[in-house]
Amino acid sequence: MSATLPPTPSHKGRGLFCSPSPCGRGPGGGVCAAALALFLALAPAAHAVSNPSEMLPDPKQEARAEAIGHQLRCLVCQNESVEDSEADLARDFRKIIRSRVLTGDSNEEIIAWMTARYGDFIRLRPPFNALTAALWGAPVIALLVGGVAVVLARRRRTPAPAPLSDEERRRLADLLGS
Amino acid sequence: MIPELGHFALALAVALATAQAVIPLWGARARDPRLIAAAPALALGQLIALAASYAALVWCAVTDDFTVLNIVDNSNSLKPLIYKITGTWGNHEGSILLWCLILALCGGAVATFGRNLPSALRARVIGVLGFVSAGFLMFALTESNPFLRVWPPPLDGQDMNPLLQDPGLAIHPPVLYAGYVGFAIPFAFAIAALLEGRVDAAWGRWVRPWTLASWCMLTGGIALGSWWAYYELGWGGYWFWDPVENASLLPWLTGTALLHSAIVVEKREALKTWTILLAIGTFSLSLSGTFLVRSGILNSVHSFANDPARGVFILGLLAIVIGGSLVLFAWRAPVLAPSGLFAPISREGALVLNNILLCSIAAVVLTGTTYPLFADLLFGVKISVGPPYFQSTVLPLAAPVFAAMTVAPLLPWKRARLGPALIRLWWAMVAAAVVGVVAALGLRRGLPALAFAASAWLIVGAFAELVERTRLFRVSLRTSFSRLAGQPLAVWGSSIAHAGMGVTIAGIAGMSLAISTIVAVKPGTTVPLAGYEFKPLMTMHPSRRAFTTQRTTVTDAAIHTNGFADIYTVLGEEHDGEAVLRLHYNPLAPWIWFGALVMAVGGGLSLADRRLRVGAPAKRSLAVPA
Repeated sequence: MSATLPPTPSHKGRGLFCSPSPCGRGPGGGVCAAALALFLALAPAAHAVSNPSEMLPDPKQEARAEAIGHQLRCLVCQNESVEDSEADLARDFRKIIRSRVLTGDSNEEIIAWMTARYGDFIRLRPPFNALTAALWGAPVIALLVGGVAVVLARRRRTPAPAPLSDEERRRLADLLGS
Repeated sequence: MIPELGHFALALAVALATAQAVIPLWGARARDPRLIAAAPALALGQLIALAASYAALVWCAVTDDFTVLNIVDNSNSLKPLIYKITGTWGNHEGSILLWCLILALCGGAVATFGRNLPSALRARVIGVLGFVSAGFLMFALTESNPFLRVWPPPLDGQDMNPLLQDPGLAIHPPVLYAGYVGFAIPFAFAIAALLEGRVDAAWGRWVRPWTLASWCMLTGGIALGSWWAYYELGWGGYWFWDPVENASLLPWLTGTALLHSAIVVEKREALKTWTILLAIGTFSLSLSGTFLVRSGILNSVHSFANDPARGVFILGLLAIVIGGSLVLFAWRAPVLAPSGLFAPISREGALVLNNILLCSIAAVVLTGTTYPLFADLLFGVKISVGPPYFQSTVLPLAAPVFAAMTVAPLLPWKRARLGPALIRLWWAMVAAAVVGVVAALGLRRGLPALAFAASAWLIVGAFAELVERTRLFRVSLRTSFSRLAGQPLAVWGSSIAHAGMGVTIAGIAGMSLAISTIVAVKPGTTVPLAGYEFKPLMTMHPSRRAFTTQRTTVTDAAIHTNGFADIYTVLGEEHDGEAVLRLHYNPLAPWIWFGALVMAVGGGLSLADRRLRVGAPAKRSLAVPA
C-alpha cells in the first residue's frame, strides 16, 4: 500500500513482497524459532509476471525456487524480492536459482552462494550476528522493558493504606452497627 | 493573481498560527482572561486563512494555471477534473499544505466543540496546536511552497503519476492524514495537562473521543491504502512491510494502546502518566512517519542528502516538537497525582497487558524499519530487513493480544478472577476449537488453522459482553431482547470493533492459502484455477494502460469476487501472440478490508455514545468508589 503520500514507485512501480520460507534457516540464536517456523506459513505468495517457460516443470522444485527467491532482494530495486521484480537482474537471479535447484543444491547452499557474492544486503531476512543482535532481540527487549516498567511502577506506588484514625473507626462502627 | 492570493493567505496563516501559539499559552500562564478568550478566534482565523490558501491551490489546478510550478509538475490539461482536484494532495508541496489544513481543522474543532472545556485548558490545547501549526506552515511557506511561479509558462503540464490517478488513492491521503493529524489533539491535551500539572477523569473523558475519531480515520486510511495496493498495483498482495506502510502502522499501534489506556484514565483515574506518554509518542510517530518517509531517508541516506534544506528543516522541527515534549514530560510528569490502584488481574491489568504488547509490536516495527539506516550510518554495513523479519517477530507478539482482547472486556475493574470470565466464554472456546480442528483437518496446515481459530475466538467472543449484559437464558427472551436494545452504543462499538479484528485475521489467514500460477494464453483459452474453469482474457479483462505524457504503462488487475474469495488476474507482456497472465485465487481476501471497515464502524458507534460525547455528564456510578 502506500501510506502517507503517494508512494514514489520504486523500480517499475512495484514494492516489497512477502514471502513464505520453508528454507529452514531461523533467525539464528533460536529467537522465537518455533513461533517463526509456524508463522512463516501465513505469508502469501506472489510473483512477477514473467515468461512461463522460466518456471521449472516440477511443481515441488518450482515452489522451492520461489521460496528462495522470496528470501533474496533484487539489488537494483527498492525493497523488492528477486521473485517479485521485473528487473533484468532479478530475472537473471531467478534463472540462476532454478539452475542450482535443478543441480540439487539445498536452499541453504543457494542462499549462502548468493550471500557470498553479494553480501548480507541481498538477504531479506538478515542473519543473526553481532550487528543484528539488537534487531532480532527487539521483541524480547521490548517485552522486558515493558515488564520491568510495570514492576517498578507498582513497587513505587503501593503504600499500605494508612490505618484508620479513631474517629474513622467510630464512624465505621456506627455505620456497620446501624 | 489567484496564486498570489493563495500565497498571501498562507503567509497570513503562518502569522495567525504564531499568534495562536503565543497568545493563549501566555494568557493561560499569566491568567489573563482576555488573552485566554482570544484562543478560539485565532484558531478559527488560521483555519479560514489556510482554507482560502488551499482553495486557491485547487483553483490553480482546476483552471490549468501552468504558470504555477506545482501545477506544471503534477497536472496536465487532459487530466480528468476529479484528479485535478485530488492531484493537489498527490505531490509533496500540496500534501504538506493539506496536512497543515487538517491540523488547522483540529484547532477549529477544539475551538468550536470545546466550549465546555475549562477556558484555560482550552487555551493551552489551542496554543499547543498553534505551535505545531506555526512550525509546519513555516516549512510550507519557505521550503515547500506550492504557489511558486514559473516563467515562461509551458504549454502543458507533466501530468501526475498514473498509479495515483485512481479513486482509491484520491480519497486515501485525506482520510489517512485525518488519522495522523487527529492525534495532534490528544497530544495537545497531553502537553496542556503537563503544563497545568493536572490529569483527572474529566481530562480522560475529553481526550477519548478525539483519540477515537482519529483512530477510526487512521484505520480507514490504512485499509484504503492496502486495498488500493491490492487492486491497483497488481502485486497480488496487500501488505508489504514497506517503510511507508510501517510508518502508518506505528501510530495505529500506539494509537490503539492510547485509546485503551484513556479508558482507564476516564473510568479509574489510573495510568495517567503512561497515557500522557502514549499521547506524545503517538503524535511523534505520526509526525516522523509523515515527514521522514517523505524525505526518503529511510530508503537511502543519499536521497535525503539530495535536498538537505528540506530535510534539515524537518529534522529540526521534529527535534523541537518531539524532544521538547519529552523533556517537558520528564520534568512535569512527576507532578501528576499518583494514580488509582488495581490488582494485576483486573480490567486495568488486562489493558496494561494490551498496552505492553501493542507498544512492543510498535517497537519491533520501528526497529526493523530503521535498522538498515542505523547500520549504514554507524557501521557502514548495508543490510536488508524484509518481510520475513517482520512476520517472524510481529506475529508472536500479536497472538497474545488476540487471546487477551476477548477476555479483557469480561473482567471487572480493580480486582478480578480469570476463571469466571473464561467460563462465560466457553461457547467462544468451543467455536474456536471447532473452527481450528475443521480447518486443520481440511487444510493440513497448522498456522492458518490456528489463525482461523483465533478469528472465531475473536468474532464469537466479542459479543460475550453484550450477551452477558442481556442475561440471555437467565431471564425471558423478551427481557433479554429489550436489555440488548438498551445497551449503550459504546458496548456495541467495542464488541463490533473487536469482531472486526477477527474478520481481518480470517482474511489474512485466507490470503495465506492463496494459490497462483503463470500461464501464456490466447484469447478464448480456458484455464483451470482452484476448481474454476474460465477464459481469463474474455471474462476478466485484465489490462495494461499506457499513459502518454509520462510514458509509463500501468497494469490493471482484474478482480472477480464473490465475497468469500477473489480471482485475480494480471496481464503481463505478449509473447508470440500469447498473453502472459498471472492468475491468483485469493480466499477470503475481501475480509481483510471489510474487517478494517467493521473496526472503524465500531469506533464510530462508540463515538456516537452519549456518554462519550464531550461534556456529557459522566455516570459516576460507573466508577465504584473504593
